[in-house]
Amino acid sequence: MCLAIPARVLEVNGNDAVITVQGVQRTANLMLLEDTVQPGDYILLHAGFALRKWTAAEAQEQEQLLAEVGLGPRD
Amino acid sequence: MLGTTMNPTLQEILDLMARIGRPVQLMEVCGTHTMAIFRTGLRALLPESLRLLSGPGCPVCVTHDRFLEHALAIAAAPGTLITTFGDMLRVPGRSGSLETARANGANVQVVYSPLDALATARQHPELRVVFLGIGFETTAPATAGALLEAARTGVTNFMVLSAHKTIPNALAALLNSGEVKIDGFLMPGHVSVITGTHIYDVVASDFQRPAVVTGFEAEEILAGIALTLRMIAAGHPEVGNAYGHTVTAEGNRKARELLREVFEPCDDVWRGLGLIPGSGLQIRPAFAAHDAARAFPAPDAPVPETSRGCRCGDVLRGVITPPQCPLFRNVCTPWSPQGACMVSSEGTCAAYFRFS
Ligand code: SF4
Repeated sequence: MCLAIPARVLEVNGNDAVITVQGVQRTANLMLLEDTVQPGDYILLHAGFALRKWTAAEAQEQEQLLAEVGLGPRD
Repeated sequence: MLGTTMNPTLQEILDLMARIGRPVQLMEVCGTHTMAIFRTGLRALLPESLRLLSGPGCPVCVTHDRFLEHALAIAAAPGTLITTFGDMLRVPGRSGSLETARANGANVQVVYSPLDALATARQHPELRVVFLGIGFETTAPATAGALLEAARTGVTNFMVLSAHKTIPNALAALLNSGEVKIDGFLMPGHVSVITGTHIYDVVASDFQRPAVVTGFEAEEILAGIALTLRMIAAGHPEVGNAYGHTVTAEGNRKARELLREVFEPCDDVWRGLGLIPGSGLQIRPAFAAHDAARAFPAPDAPVPETSRGCRCGDVLRGVITPPQCPLFRNVCTPWSPQGACMVSSEGTCAAYFRFS
């Protein structure tokens, strides 16, 4: 249960978004998000919920950290 | 990794340590931070008098065996299905793990989100689907969101067994015990953006210790350490931010509101820290129908916090480092974990195993 997983938004449908997490497509619930997002934006995903918007740089940094410590997005 | 030439922040840290003139111990309380600090190899660069400790920041690790026994009892009850984050599956309890329960025929399903558990409940109206709610201020809102959705859409067979916890009371309990000297805390950037810094206020105001939010890169962690030491040297502890992003006192308001709508504070037991008043989150009476703790009473027998000689509790308090546990590496490995701190990828024992 990784604390924070970076995900990229592919599509926004109301309260849900289709996202991609290291190539895997999933759904993120947006009810906790205070920012608005659109396709191409990065979000911090935690337990299925988008918790905030991330810059591409932050998302990349976190992805690298998770990769280096041997944690995929599904751990 | 940092280069070999003396980094200016590292130089500042050395100067500040000379000024402070005594050993300093800083604690980080987030599993991801634990891994990040290892990854940077920073410990080897810091002076011996400056120690970084890992605290009770891994949700699976601080979950007491009593909760696991409760979950196993529910899994053994007819017509139930347990849904849980994968890390919980292999935690060895007194009467086995959820994994062994599953091998023996219990319904146990790994989910990535409480919303997946809710979907399972919709698919299986004939079963009582219980989600094991573990985690801190960042995870509890997700559980709250799923529970509210279940209540709103009338999914009456969706339930939560809550072991959600809040961090401030645990930090206060650690400082109150005085067992380990902690001069300041390093707080994780991305989590702090969500929780807000207000949750650390008590550390500075009541305990006169700095709490500084930092990032995950070597440079950022060093900057966080330097800021903490500056406060210690000046005798002026505060909640500070060395994370290059906006961290507000409030954090994510929606998440906090949702958490409050569904949960209320309760006393809770932590592995390593024992009973801490007001440190847990229980489901409010308004949502009693979705509260697995009401539907399935906890087993009566007292449960020790851990078994088989595992010293997770001491690790979580910063009293010992994992290599000081006799089982570390020879008996206890990620492939054959003897305790929660080795099971969870965020656990301190797992981090030591991987990086030292
Ligand atoms: S090394 Fe294993 S047995 Fe020892 S404290 Fe860590 S998890 Fe427990």
